[in-house]
Amino acid sequence: MHKRFTTLGRILHTGVLNFMRNISLAIAAMAVMVVTLTIILFSIITNATFENTIAQITNKINISVFLNDTTTDTQAKQLVADLKKQPSVHRVVYLNKEQALQSFIKDNKENPATVTAASQTGNPIPATIQVFPSNLNEIQHLKEYLTTPEREKLQTPRSPSYNGKRKEAIDNITHATNVLRQIGALMVAVFAVICALIIFNTIQMAIFNRRDEITIMRLLGAKTSYIRGPFVVESAIYGLLSAVLSVLIINSAFLASSNALQASSLGLLDINYASKYFGDHFWALLTLQIAIGIIIGTVSSVIATRRYLKFKTK
Amino acid sequence: MILLDRVTKTYNRKLGPSLDRVSLHVEPKEFVIVVGQSGAGKTTLLRLLTREERPTSGKIIIGGIDYDKLKDKDIPLLRRKIGVVFQDFKLLPNKNVFENVAFALEIVGVSNREIRHTVPKVLEIVNLKGKEKRMPRELSGGERQRVAIARAIVRQPRILIADEPTGNLDPKHAWDVIKVLEKINRYGTTVLLTTHNQDIVNKLKRRVVTIQGGKVVSDRANATYDGK
Repeated sequence: MHKRFTTLGRILHTGVLNFMRNISLAIAAMAVMVVTLTIILFSIITNATFENTIAQITNKINISVFLNDTTTDTQAKQLVADLKKQPSVHRVVYLNKEQALQSFIKDNKENPATVTAASQTGNPIPATIQVFPSNLNEIQHLKEYLTTPEREKLQTPRSPSYNGKRKEAIDNITHATNVLRQIGALMVAVFAVICALIIFNTIQMAIFNRRDEITIMRLLGAKTSYIRGPFVVESAIYGLLSAVLSVLIINSAFLASSNALQASSLGLLDINYASKYFGDHFWALLTLQIAIGIIIGTVSSVIATRRYLKFKTK
Repeated sequence: MILLDRVTKTYNRKLGPSLDRVSLHVEPKEFVIVVGQSGAGKTTLLRLLTREERPTSGKIIIGGIDYDKLKDKDIPLLRRKIGVVFQDFKLLPNKNVFENVAFALEIVGVSNREIRHTVPKVLEIVNLKGKEKRMPRELSGGERQRVAIARAIVRQPRILIADEPTGNLDPKHAWDVIKVLEKINRYGTTVLLTTHNQDIVNKLKRRVVTIQGGKVVSDRANATYDGK
């Protein structure tokens, strides 16, 4: 066991030394890796921000079921109970006629004429059930559920109702988000491949520069893992430093946007939320970036060394 | 200790075998000199022993290890049991004398404390005490070769293979190297030396195996060599 730790220590030490010796090649490899990891990090934050925007809008949308004045309290409560059982329903709020009027007055307090008209005509506002769907795609399904003959007869002619324009806006945002997600995934994939190829070449050049040393190590009986180890460590260092740099870049970008631009949103992107998300998940994101960087680095170097460090006894 | 049974190595069938049904048996603690002109097959023989090459046919057993049963992943373990000295030294230019010798121990996981204890002793055997900090470029050819020998013996192998270790050296330094090899042999290590230096072979008066055109043409004890 002690022998293994000694060997591991030597592999790590040699890897760090080689990284410093090989610094000019390392900078080229790391530059590409920083770009790749920055794109990955940006995609993660953007995705979370879009999700949040959509969730916020979704929370505000609901279907209003206006009940006939002839509908009894028991029938209304039964309908509420039935709706609550639906998996597509997130939340149900029942307002009797009086509560519905109070809500109407509250919503229209800046329009006193309307409020006065409603109050003086002996409460024309029907009892209302507000149905909040679990997601936007369930609206049509809920509408169908509510328009069956036995349920429809409990409602006023203009029920059920929902704000169609808002739904359309959400559909547009969802579509734009999906497109951006796909572009992000494509960019991540392209840069990850470029990054892996550059690291692959860097390690191959490093192997070529140290071919005499490798031959001597082979002849002295070094195991392949002992020869390969420092190259893998070197690539893992690329990944580690690139991950830290990518996180610093994103951090600086948020600082710049909040200090200089004082912007709260950039198109669809809510910068304040993105910045908060980044701050709240800083350590998790840093760990994830480091893991991705180390994986890209080690996998490419293992492939590069595998080709050159095979025993070729003829 | 070393057994070759009808070993043949052919690189190119049109050119014929480089080694042709060579059989050789070396006892433990023996000092055997393999002689022959350039291209006779001496280096091929040694490359087969270090498993840098595989024989086309025939059997090789070294220190109880049957090469037919040796897997590629076990080659490093074989090489750790054999010390090898090369004509071109094969020292690491960016490491000093001490580090070059220590390197052979580092790759097999020997602790730093043991390295600090062992390396000076070995450098004393090869008469390089006091030159631990010198870089290879600061040493003479003979001194470099003695560093290479120190590196080869520091793991106390039972067999030491020296491939023309005096080939690049002047007579004085060549003799320094040979004296070190004799000393190592006296300590109990089997030595297999290849050379075409007549003077060394004739003065050593050891077992001499002569290879010509890939074949063993003579194998005699206390023999001399006329350079042919």
